[in-house]
Amino acid sequence: MRVSAPSERLAVPAPSGQRDAIHDIGYRHYDGPRLGRRAVQRALLLDSARGAYGLGRAGRTKIVPVLLLAAMCLPAVIVSIVASVIGAAQLPLNYTAYSTTLATLVVVFVATQAPASVSRDLRFRVVSLYFSRPMQRVDYVQAKFAGLALAVLAFLAAPQLLLLAGALLAEMPLREQLPDLARALAGAVVLSLVLAGVGLVLAAATPRRGLGVAAIITVLVVLSGVQAAVLGISLERGADTAAGWSGLLQPFTLVDGAATLLGAEATLPPGPPGTAGALVFAAVALALVAACYVLLVLRYRKVSVS
Amino acid sequence: MITTVGLTKRYGPVTAVDDLSVDVAPGVVGLVGANGAGKSTLLKVLLGLLPATSGTASVLGLDVATQGEEIRARVGYMPEHDCLPPDVSATEFVVHMARMSGLPTTAARERTADTLRHVGLYEERYRPMGGYSTGMRQRVKLAQALAHDPQLVLLDEPTNGLDPAGRDDMLGLVRRIGTEFGISVLVTSHLLGELERVCDAVVVVDGGRLLRSTSTADLTAASALLVVEVEDGDRDGRGAQLLAGALRDAGVVVHPGGAASRLLEVELAGDATYDAVRDGAARLGLGLVRVQQRRHRMAEVFAPPAAGAGAPGPAVRASDDDQEVGARVGTV
Repeated sequence: MRVSAPSERLAVPAPSGQRDAIHDIGYRHYDGPRLGRRAVQRALLLDSARGAYGLGRAGRTKIVPVLLLAAMCLPAVIVSIVASVIGAAQLPLNYTAYSTTLATLVVVFVATQAPASVSRDLRFRVVSLYFSRPMQRVDYVQAKFAGLALAVLAFLAAPQLLLLAGALLAEMPLREQLPDLARALAGAVVLSLVLAGVGLVLAAATPRRGLGVAAIITVLVVLSGVQAAVLGISLERGADTAAGWSGLLQPFTLVDGAATLLGAEATLPPGPPGTAGALVFAAVALALVAACYVLLVLRYRKVSVS
Repeated sequence: MITTVGLTKRYGPVTAVDDLSVDVAPGVVGLVGANGAGKSTLLKVLLGLLPATSGTASVLGLDVATQGEEIRARVGYMPEHDCLPPDVSATEFVVHMARMSGLPTTAARERTADTLRHVGLYEERYRPMGGYSTGMRQRVKLAQALAHDPQLVLLDEPTNGLDPAGRDDMLGLVRRIGTEFGISVLVTSHLLGELERVCDAVVVVDGGRLLRSTSTADLTAASALLVVEVEDGDRDGRGAQLLAGALRDAGVVVHPGGAASRLLEVELAGDATYDAVRDGAARLGLGLVRVQQRRHRMAEVFAPPAAGAGAPGPAVRASDDDQEVGARVGTV
């Protein structure tokens, strides 16, 4: 090893003619500031959120999230152009309906990025390095949860903001757009928490990334399939109330139903039965987020440091 | 620096650490024991990651049971197992880990550059770690433990999986951390021989219990010995005794083995001793099976004292292979 030879550690002269040289000034102690647990947690949160888009990671990890985001935003651009060309008075696709229409892309994003966020740390046992630092296990879970939720929120909100820009370019009045956009963003916040929670619980169950991806896609697709089946059967039998409750069965209809509390029409009909139903939807959505958090904390309590 | 009193850790019926009371002074300290002796468990208890079943322990004056967070802020930990994600470079990884220790981003960058240079990673630090050799991986693991300038580092088997040259490099680095960097080190190994070279003191554990805690100077105070094994052909097992006589005539201090033993312990007094052994064996027509250097008492910490003074057999076998200097010499 080069460092063990003192003569080579003293100075490395630069190529001839230059006076620059790299000097080894020996070991320097650090006496600058040391940040506390909260600051460390914030750093991990931001790192996780950025990591979901491959920022600060190797180049090829950027490909999938960037392609998905482009696919997610492209329809918004097209809708905006069409609206401004034909001079429409209203957007053909409103803000809330947008993410439910493109639910498949959202599912794929969560399914690929949730395992990328946690399976990697489990598989390569990086967690033992995190937990041998001041940070506690709960801090890690909170940071990863919030980080992925933030990434999913950005994924949902980006096309909504593009739609707003398109609407303004088509000279639709801002005052008419804002309430709908606010409702859509509120729904996006809840949806990102629900999806991040479900995704992380499944991803953290296995150190195998591929398994995590498959599990998340399977669960979300199966749930929406079951919901569609229950809805279809209910409608066929004329059981409208049951049809309304069927929305509880999968995240997108669940959050969409809860969002009707804010005054929007359900974009995925038929929506929850009445205001009481909408309250139940909201309560279930929040309970689901809480349950995912508790499950993650329990999961990470069992992760061994060695 | 580290104090434990009656420390016990049980996993169900298995006792990993058993009533361990030890007081470790600052400096480079080795923790030696066979695999499963409780070394890794002890490190985790000291980091406040595992609660002790009974007894107390303190690190840097902080109680492991209640002040684990403060301890982990001041201590660096290098785990025994692999812990590096393959898709990031060493620089990115160590910067991230320094930030996770509470360093602001710019400070983390500077410390990372310094630390990677100190552990001996240069151009390769910008490549993804998936392509690193074991030696490079061990250095990155060490760098992440040093990145936040801790007061103490706990190194779990840093020489694991390294070739002899890599082991020497790593041990030299461990020594420098203690001396040049001024950071106390607790380093574990199952090889006593390698720790004796770099440690100020050695704690030996077996089955979770303390076998011995002593400074290396005490352990190796006695002069170095040369173990000589001869092949005596047709001398009816008297070859060793003949050689002992010849060596004594040459002024070398010899401790003979048993009557039929083919082993001699020769006190090493410079290169002349090797020459005397070679010349003596050549003159008597004896084959030298091995000439092996052994520092006096270190290996006997592990092995029970040999039955009967002057019978070097068991102790020789307990000594470490890498101290062998002239193995398997044929007829001279």
